[in-house]
Amino acid sequence: MSDDLYQQAIKDLAARESSRLDPADVSVTLDNPLCGDRIVVDARLSGGKVEAVGHAAKGCLLCKAAAAVMADNAAGRDAQGAAELLDGARAMLKQGAEPPLPALAPFLTARPHKSRHDCILLPFKALAKATSP
Amino acid sequence: MTIAAIRAAFPVLSRAGFHYLDNAAMAQCPGTVVKAVAAHDLTARANVHRGLHELARRADEAYDGARERVAAFLSAGADEVVFTGGCTLALNIVALALEERMQAGDRIVVSAAEHHSNLLPWLAMARRKGLDVAVIPVNRDGRLDLSDLSMIDRRCKVVAVTHASNVTGAVTDIPRLAGAAHAVGAVLAVDGAQRLPHGPVDPRELGADFYAFAGHKTYGPTGIGVLWGRREALETLPPALWGGGMVAGLDGDVPIPLDPPARFEAGTPPVAQAVGLARALDWMAGLDWPAVRAHEAALTRRLLDGLAGRDGIRLVGPADLADRLPVVSFAVEGCHPHDLSHLLAERGVAVRGGAHCARPLMSALGLDEGCVRASLAPYNDETDVDALLSGLDHAIGVLR
Repeated sequence: MSDDLYQQAIKDLAARESSRLDPADVSVTLDNPLCGDRIVVDARLSGGKVEAVGHAAKGCLLCKAAAAVMADNAAGRDAQGAAELLDGARAMLKQGAEPPLPALAPFLTARPHKSRHDCILLPFKALAKATSP
Repeated sequence: MTIAAIRAAFPVLSRAGFHYLDNAAMAQCPGTVVKAVAAHDLTARANVHRGLHELARRADEAYDGARERVAAFLSAGADEVVFTGGCTLALNIVALALEERMQAGDRIVVSAAEHHSNLLPWLAMARRKGLDVAVIPVNRDGRLDLSDLSMIDRRCKVVAVTHASNVTGAVTDIPRLAGAAHAVGAVLAVDGAQRLPHGPVDPRELGADFYAFAGHKTYGPTGIGVLWGRREALETLPPALWGGGMVAGLDGDVPIPLDPPARFEAGTPPVAQAVGLARALDWMAGLDWPAVRAHEAALTRRLLDGLAGRDGIRLVGPADLADRLPVVSFAVEGCHPHDLSHLLAERGVAVRGGAHCARPLMSALGLDEGCVRASLAPYNDETDVDALLSGLDHAIGVLR
C-alpha cells in the first residue's frame, strides 16, 4: 500500500528547507510533464566536481524528498559520480538493485509504483546534467 | 433507464470497490461498443471507398452508415461530418486548413481556459504566420469573462474556444461568441471534447463553424474523433492533410481535392472505430438526458458540498450548478495533487491530478502545482462520490 510510500522518513525529507545557490556556475531546470514536478539544481564546480549545490523543487512529495537526498550527496561528485548516482537510483527502482546510498532506502517502497519513478529520479537527472561537461 | 441499468452496460464498473471518476480524460466504453468494433473487424474488415469485393462493400456500408448516425446525433448532414484520429487532430486540421487565408497581423482569439489541443495548434500557426493572439480571460471561478469582447475586432479571423472547460466544467456561452465572431467575419472553432459526453449538441444551432470532439470521451473507441464543419465553411477550406482517398485526380502535378468530407480524410480512416463511435452515440441517444443531467447535477452538488465542508480545500471552478458540467476540481493545502491522486487510486478511486493540459488556466487561477479533478459520467453514483470524499480524508491524513 502507498501508505508505506508516504512513510515519515520520506515526509521528513520532503519537509526540509531548500535554497538556491547564488552565485552558481551552472543551473539546470528539469520538468516532469506527467505531474508538473519542476526541479532547479544550481551547482558550483571546482575541477569538474561539485563544490556546493542548491536547489528548488516544486512538485510532489516524492520529488521533494528525493531532491533533499540529492542535495545531501552531491558534493564531491563529478560527471561520472553524478551519473553513477542516477544509474544506481534507477536500478534500485526498476531492477531491484540495492540503494546506491543508505539515504535512498526509504524509497524502496516506490518500486511497485512505476508511474512515480520519474518523480524520484528527476533531481538526480538534474544533478547529472549539471555536472556533465 | 435507471442509473443502475446504465452502469450495468459497462463491464469494468462491476468491479467491487472501484470508482471511476476520470471520465474527462477517458470515459468507459459500453460492452455493446466493444462488441460492435470486434464484430466489424471480424466480418467487414476492409479499406473503404476503394474496393469492390464483398468485405469492401460491407466496410463501405458500415463506415458511411456510421457517418450518418454521427450526423444524426449532431442534427447535421453527413457531408458535414469528418472522421479524424481524435479531437486534437480535428482541431489541428481546422487550424492547418485555415492557415492559407491568414495574413501577418491577423488575430486569433482563444480563451485562457483552453485545453492545449485547442491552444497549441493556434499558437504554432501564429508563430509561423506572424499572427496576433488575444486571450479571453477567466474570472476567479474559472468561467470565461465575456464582459469585454473588443478583442474580437476586424483583425480577428478565428475565435477558438472550448464549449466546456476540462478543469472547471464551466460551459461557455457559444452563441454569444458566435455572434461576436460572425459580426466581424471571423470563424468560430469550438472544442466540444468535454461537452459532448453530456448530451447531444447541435453545433449549427449554437452558431459554431467548426465543432470537434473525441470518441474516447463519448463512450466510444480511442483513435477516433469528429470534426463537424458547417457545410458552407467546410466547402471553402482547402485540405489540411494529403494522401489517398481525398482527391478526384491530378491535373498534371496539381491534386484536385474531393468535396467535403472526403477532402479532409487523407489515408485510411479509422473504420472500425467509426463503427464503434456510432454505436456509442446510439447508446447516448437512448438515454433520458433530462434525467441524466438531473442525476449528474445532484452528484455534483453532493461532491461540491462534501469538499466545501472540509478544511484546507480550495474549490476550482464554479460553486453553483448553472451552466457547468459534472467536473469538479480542487486543491488541498499542503498536499500535492499527484500525491493525492496516488493515494486515492490505492483506495480504488480513479481521479486525475496535475495541470490537465491547461497550463494557461492553471496560471490564471494561481494553481502552480495543478489540482485534482473528479469528472463524472452518467454511470457514476453516490457511492463513487462518497468513496472520493472518504478517500480524500484518508489521503490528507497520510500526507499531513
